[in-house]
Amino acid sequence: MNRRAVIWLSILGFFLLALPEVANAYVLSVATLILFFAYAGQAWNVMMGFCGQLSLGHSLYVGVGAYAAAGLFFHYGIGPWAGVWLAIALCVALGAAIGFLAFRFGISGVYFALLTIAFAEFTRIGFDHIQWLGGPGGLFIKVEQRDAWDLLNLRGTPAMFYYVMLTLAAGAFVICFFLLKSKPGYYWQAIRENEEAAQALGINTFRWKMLAVVISSAMTAVAGVFYAFYYNNLFPEQIFHISRSIEIILGPIIGGIGTLFGPILGAAVLAILADSITEVLAALGWEFPGVKQVFYGVVLLVVVMFLPHGIWPAVAKRMGVSR
Amino acid sequence: MQLDQVANVVIGGLLTGLVYGLMALGLAVIFGVVRVVNFAHGEMMTIAMYAAVVLFAALGLDPFLAVVPVAAAFFGLGYALQDGLINPFITRPEHSQFMLLVAVAIIMVNALLIIFGPGARSVQLDYLLESIELGPLLVDRGKLYAALLACATSALLFAFFRFARAGKAIRACADNYLGAKVVGLNVQRLYAFTFGLGSACVAVAGCMMVLLVDVTPALGPGYTLLAFVIVIVGGLGSMSGALLGGVLIGVSEAMAGLFIQPSAKSMFSFALLILVLLFRPQGLLGKKA
Repeated sequence: MNRRAVIWLSILGFFLLALPEVANAYVLSVATLILFFAYAGQAWNVMMGFCGQLSLGHSLYVGVGAYAAAGLFFHYGIGPWAGVWLAIALCVALGAAIGFLAFRFGISGVYFALLTIAFAEFTRIGFDHIQWLGGPGGLFIKVEQRDAWDLLNLRGTPAMFYYVMLTLAAGAFVICFFLLKSKPGYYWQAIRENEEAAQALGINTFRWKMLAVVISSAMTAVAGVFYAFYYNNLFPEQIFHISRSIEIILGPIIGGIGTLFGPILGAAVLAILADSITEVLAALGWEFPGVKQVFYGVVLLVVVMFLPHGIWPAVAKRMGVSR
Repeated sequence: MQLDQVANVVIGGLLTGLVYGLMALGLAVIFGVVRVVNFAHGEMMTIAMYAAVVLFAALGLDPFLAVVPVAAAFFGLGYALQDGLINPFITRPEHSQFMLLVAVAIIMVNALLIIFGPGARSVQLDYLLESIELGPLLVDRGKLYAALLACATSALLFAFFRFARAGKAIRACADNYLGAKVVGLNVQRLYAFTFGLGSACVAVAGCMMVLLVDVTPALGPGYTLLAFVIVIVGGLGSMSGALLGGVLIGVSEAMAGLFIQPSAKSMFSFALLILVLLFRPQGLLGKKA
């Protein structure tokens, strides 16, 4: 990290810390959402960006993490700080099971991606039949104490949720920064670039791929816990849906796969884009359902076609910082 | 539970499965040759279904006749899609291709939503309500004809790849990209042609599917997943595998609906997919990569 990068990071950090003082409720909710997707994208990036394992089923970990913490809170009043450990444990077990099965049987590439979709879809339909967690009718957490901060139970003002998400996103950034520079990080990048060559060099590819899946699923589980307590309602149809997985991975792909800032920048660009499209369409009076998504799709198409490595590498060059 | 009731359900699932199989056949042909997974497959299916519904509503065209213009139009659509969008992505990494087709899929679903709204549309024909008695069995006429047309279309496609010059050339591209280029085949054009053929399969399957279910724009992603499940069970890139997979999934869905719960039927399919991926990742009829 060079000096320029440190200066830019400090400016960004100061801006993010001060935001709730100046922003209105709407901007704050958008910022929270951006941080949420930046965090989840960062988690996904560990698996795909660092280690080259394409997961299209990360909604699985968001959903299981959310339901684990919300279920404990709903039925036994156990707070999210305890629930998050159950969420992590369950998601790590799931991730490890999927990784173990896939990597042991030599499943990779498209097949691995489809396996992750299959597990997410399987779980989605499964949760529709778990009455204890509300089934298709959904699970609702009671909304209360909106004006005071109760960090212990994660109940409070929008600003509190913003700071919690900011802490998580910053934490994920720091973790990924050190992971990339660590020994596993270099092993992952070797596996990503050429798995056979990595194996020939004596790298235990199975072990390091498993580590990537486990870290990624554990991080995503925490995002799920936040989701449950921020939105207070969970539906299998929504949280496990494949479109949620796609939402998570859009940020890092648009921003730049395998980079540290890509997921953050991508999440911000997408959220701002979605909002400006809504504004423009409202101004034009074209508020039919679906119009916004069509524009979204077109922009996505253009970015994928003309910026194959994402936005961040190009921006980083301009700013004179390393990727 | 009566045995003939079970037999009726199995036959219904088998006939539906053949239509599924034709849809998946399109995906298998495209993947087998172009090596791109068409993530917009189900969305294309719903467009074909809407095309059949519109032709019926506007011109009173029976879906069995609508098949011809819809398939021709879809061939053109598929050709253009491959030629204009996907060919430049052939050498790009998988996630890049995936994003491209996801973008196409998003545009397709929501364009349908804008044009037709979220409500369900269907085709009302008298003979769809009739059934044929075969001893103790009752076979839906609509389903039977749909399955027969699906079989005929598949047979046509098999014959094309086996006997036609263009079919052989496409198989050469699939076997050896570089070799095909060396002997002077225009691989890019053959890829576009293949995508067109795959799309035409989807068009026929879509026209037949409106005889079996009502169509909404939201059906798209579900059909995409269904097509994936089928081709992986059968063997990604294997044509006969796609048909076999379609029949298997059709029957297992019908059985799950009868014995367990209709809402759990796709869970059954995904469980089957996971099992196949783990124990025979190349699929039931696929060749080892």
